[in-house]
Formats: sequence, structure tokens, C-alpha cells
Amino acid sequence: MRLLVSDLTHRYDDLTVLDGIDLTLAEGEILAVIGPSGCGKSTLLGIAGGIVAPTSGSIRVEGEVPDGCLNPITFIFQDFALLPWRTVEDNIALVLEHHKLSAAERRERVDSGLRRMGLSEFRNALPKQLSGGMRQRVGIARALAVRPAMLLLDEPLSALDAQTRELLMDDFLELWRREKTTALYVTHNLDEALRLADRVCVLSRRPGRIRELVTIEVPRERRQEPSAQAHLAEVRGRLWHLMKAEAQMADREIARA
Amino acid sequence: MSEAATNPYRTSLRSAADWGLVAVALPALVALVLPLGSLNGAPVGWLGGTMAPLFLIGVVLAVIAGRSAPKRVWGAWAELAGVALAWLLPFHLLKEGLDLSAGWGLWLFLVAATLLLWRVMGVLAGVPGGIRSVVVPGLFGLGLLVGWEVLVRGFQVPAILLPPPSRIAAALAANAPVLWDDFRQTVLTSVLRGYVMGCGAGFLVAILADRVPFLARGLLPLGNLASAIPVVGIAPIMVMWFGFDWQSKAAVIVVMTFFPMLINTLAGLGNSERIQLDLMRSYAAGYGRTLVKLRLPNALPFLFNGLKINSTLALIGAIVAEFFGTPVVGMGFRISTEVARMNLDIVWATIAVAALTGSGLYGALALLERATTAWHPSMRRR
Ligand SMILES: Nc1ncnc2c1ncn2[C@@H]1O[C@H](COP(=O)(O)OP(=O)(O)O)[C@@H](O)[C@H]1O
Ligand SMILES: [Mg+2]
Repeated sequence: MRLLVSDLTHRYDDLTVLDGIDLTLAEGEILAVIGPSGCGKSTLLGIAGGIVAPTSGSIRVEGEVPDGCLNPITFIFQDFALLPWRTVEDNIALVLEHHKLSAAERRERVDSGLRRMGLSEFRNALPKQLSGGMRQRVGIARALAVRPAMLLLDEPLSALDAQTRELLMDDFLELWRREKTTALYVTHNLDEALRLADRVCVLSRRPGRIRELVTIEVPRERRQEPSAQAHLAEVRGRLWHLMKAEAQMADREIARA
Repeated sequence: MSEAATNPYRTSLRSAADWGLVAVALPALVALVLPLGSLNGAPVGWLGGTMAPLFLIGVVLAVIAGRSAPKRVWGAWAELAGVALAWLLPFHLLKEGLDLSAGWGLWLFLVAATLLLWRVMGVLAGVPGGIRSVVVPGLFGLGLLVGWEVLVRGFQVPAILLPPPSRIAAALAANAPVLWDDFRQTVLTSVLRGYVMGCGAGFLVAILADRVPFLARGLLPLGNLASAIPVVGIAPIMVMWFGFDWQSKAAVIVVMTFFPMLINTLAGLGNSERIQLDLMRSYAAGYGRTLVKLRLPNALPFLFNGLKINSTLALIGAIVAEFFGTPVVGMGFRISTEVARMNLDIVWATIAVAALTGSGLYGALALLERATTAWHPSMRRR
């Protein structure tokens, strides 16, 4: 699925959070969005996912929806958004309940989600019995159960410790190796962007404007190789320079306000 | 460094003497030289011909057994047996015909027994599981009842002021058919119907007010007003409006329970996190599905809070409302008429029924809450 955003502006009352965003997401592309906090990243995802109506501008989704897809555009949240009274498998089944599916297909979708995320033995556990990493795996399994065409990830690893974050990045790599799901990946973390994304979009401080779109020339699978390091270091340097400037100015503006 | 390492003197003294037991033994020793009571005006001591020495020996043996028990908990059970024996002594003395009101030896002895019970409870309250959550509160309640019985009978408090529990129990048994009719009228008819109507209406209006914001804004200030209305003010009015039977009691209960339920339900409906609401929206869930699958489950702790508050309010409302007119049956009616006839045993029996009913309702709701909201962070395993 492709995403076409043009001249998108969004205001909450008189607070402008996004200003003139033009963005194209190709089929199967993974675009990381980074920017200081409060610059409108979550708002951008909300608009892309249709849960926030933009003030002006257009947003279009095009392309084929794969077979068996129940919810083409699907979120993965920072705080997992699990329902605490539901077990792991019931949390996954939540998003299937209002679809007309045979019992066998329902089961198969839940089971395959559990299997892929290594959750089979925790299927009857409650969220409060799981670690943060396991909870986000439930969130991912729930998203995969609807066979999404596009994933919108809002800082999916920010609530996790560094080690768990590494493990889940591997899970995402595996996911995108198997399925070319288009994704918009919001993050604070340069490492995540450099490991997972095809392109990185740097937003300015609020109101969020696109400062720069950087393409990472090395394919995802080869980024651990020594020959890739020079390019990655250069990209990282450029991104860090942009982010640092925006973050510092944002801080100063907050201090002044 | 720990205190034990820096201050050996203190530790050695600690292990040498059980200060708690010394505190228990002191009043007990003083008690031995004071009389237990009097018979025909003459004081009776510990060796005055009663079986008191046997009780004393039993208690001492129990304490020794408790001290030498290999586990503290077993020791606590042995000491508990000692406490029970000590508190049986006044019953024996009463049976022998003694007047206990000047029996300072006995009272001091019982003070010592109570201190011993304190120790026992301290140990038992540290044991996890059924002992802590059932036995300790049970012993506490039993202790209060026994203390009440012994004090009232020992000091010969007139029954018109305060009857002993045994007399209330006897009145309960003797008047069981009347009390059952009252219970049926007040609890099974008025309270249940009024409670269901009041809570149901509060719940439904809250759901509506949640959708229609001006309703919530208009109703919430009224809630404060309604909670300030005295029952004794609206009860006679409701009796005029709805007649003597259960309808007027149910109306009083509806007035009392409507707003607590409304306010709690509204708070509960607002209890869903933003991100959970986003989740439901992102899977195209509409209002109804979000309400049933997300917002009502999230509201459960608040709903139970309202239901529990209202269970007590409903009982009070019904009983008070019956003071202002009722068919010749009902707990409030019974209290008001029997007080006038100075027939206080049955009044106390009715109070006991009301207290048991109230705690029963509350307890049942609390159990249901535990069963349905075990997932909630406030429901840690206790
Ligand atoms: N529903 C809302 N109503 C009003 N202001 C909002 C709302 N959601 C977000 N904001 C504000 O908009 C700005 C951007 O928010 P957000 O998109 O969450 O930023 P980010 O995800 O980049 O941190 C913030 O200043 C935030 O306070
Ligand atoms: Mg955000």
C-alpha cells in the first residue's frame, strides 16, 4: 500500500502542530520519522491512520489490499494498549471479534500470531504478568492478526530497556524480511531508524515541518556488515546534527515560554 | 552495620527476657492477691472455694506450652487456648453466684489475658492465607462479643441500657418468625427493589449523560444537592406520594442511591486511557463496541464502588422511611413500635439483623468485585 500526503496542516484549536507536510510512502517502504517531542509525530500517525481528521491538506492511501486483510492500516502503540482484563490470546482475538470469520480461521490467526512472537506458552497469561518486551510482542501479534497492509508504529520500543529493544528490533527485521508491509515508524532513537528504515524523515520542532528526507543506501539485511559502516556513520552524523539543532531550539523556546 | 553487631549487650538482654510476656505476667501476678468477686457481701479470693485455681493452672500451662513450642505459630495457638480459658473464668464465677463488680483480681486477670491475646493476634496476623484474612478478623469479632457479655453481666448493667449478646441472641431465636417477616418486607421487598431501580437508573442516566455532555454538566451539581437532602425530610413526603407499602420506601432509596451510582458510573466511563480509545478507533470500533468491550470493563472498579456505597444507603433509607408509615411489618416499623413499648430486646435483635444484612450485602459485593476485577492494579493478592 502507498501513502500520499500533500500539504498537510493540523491545528489543535490555535496550536499549529503540523505545517505543510508533503510525503510519499512507496509500496513496501519503511519510513522512519524523527523529531523533538511535541512536534506532531503522533498527530501525523493519527491522521495517516484515520483517527484524527486533519485541518487541511490531503492524505491518500492507494494500492492493493492483500488477501485476508481485515484492517488495512494498523497501529502499534508505545504503551502497548493491551486490555488488562484480557489474557494474551483474548487481547489478540479482540481485533477479530467483529469480523465474520470461521472459528478455525480465528484460531489460526491467533495461534500464528502467538507462534511468530514466541508467545504460545503465555497465551493464558494476563498482561500484568508479562514483561514490557512480552507485552509489546502481544501488541505486534495483535496487529499481525489482521494481516495489515500498512503499519503505523508510534515509538513502539520507547517504553522498553535497551536490551529488550535490541531483541524487538530483530523481531521487526524478521517481520519485514518475510512480508513487505509498508510502515511509518515514529521514533526518538537514531539506532532504530538506522537499523530498520529505508528513509528517515526529520521533522522540525513544533509546528512540525519536514527538515530533511535522508535515504539510507544500504539495504536492511547488510547493515551489520563492515563495508556499510562508513555510509551509516555519515548518515547518522547528518541526522544527529539536524536533530540536535531542532531539539536545542525547542528547549530554548520551552524555557522562554 | 546492624544493631545486633554494634550493641551485643542489648541483644543478649533481648534474647534472655520476653518483655511482652513480662508485661502480661505483671498484672496477672497483682491479680492473684486481689479478690475475684463477692458472695453475699463477703469478698471471695482465688482460693475461696471456686474452681478458679484450676483455670489459673490451665492458663499458666498454656503459656508455658506456647513458650516452648518449636514454632511461633504453634505457640500462638497454645497461648490462644490460654486466653480462651481465662475468659471462661468469669462465666464459671457467675454460675457460682458471685457478684463480680468489685472483683478487681478477676478484671486485672482478664486485662492480662487480653494482652496475651494481643500477642497472639500479632503472630497470627503475620501468617499469610486464610488465617490472616479469616481467623484474625473472626477472633477479633468473637473477642468483642465475649468482652461485651462479660462486662455487661459482671457489672450488672441494666438490660434496658445494654443487653448482653446472649440475651440478644435469645431474643433473635424467640422472635424469629416476626423478624423474618420484617426482613422479608424491608430487605427482600423494599431494599432490593429500590436498590435495583436506583442503581439501574443512575447507571442508565450516566450512560446517557456520557453521550450528551450538557446532561452531565447539569446533573453533577444536582448530585451534591441531592446528597445533602436528609432522609427524614423526604421519607414522609414519599409516603404521602406513594403510600404506606414498599413503593414509598423504594422511592426514598431511589433518591438516595441514584446520584452515587450516576457519579461513579460517569467517573468510571472516563477511566479509559486515551491510547486504549485510540486502539478501538483504529480498528473501526464504533460507540457501542467501544462501550461494551473497553469502557464498561474499565469502569468496573467504579461501578462496584457505587454499588457498595449504595447497599448501605439503601438499607438505612428503607429502615428510616418505615418510621413514617408502613404496613404493620418491617424492620423500621419494629424498631419504632417496640422502643415505645420498652421492649428493647427485640429492638436489639432487629439492629443485629440489620447489621448482619448490611455487612452481608457489602461482603457479597466485595467478593463479586474481587472475582471480576482481579486484573485491576488495585487488586493485589492479599
Ligand atoms: N487531542 C489534542 N488536543 C490538543 N492538543 C493536542 C492533542 N494531542 C496532542 N496535542 C498537542 O499537540 C502537540 C503535538 O503532539 P504529538 O503529535 O503527540 O507530538 P509528538 O508525538 O511528536 O510528541 C503537543 O504539544 C500536544 O500537547
Ligand atoms: Mg508521540
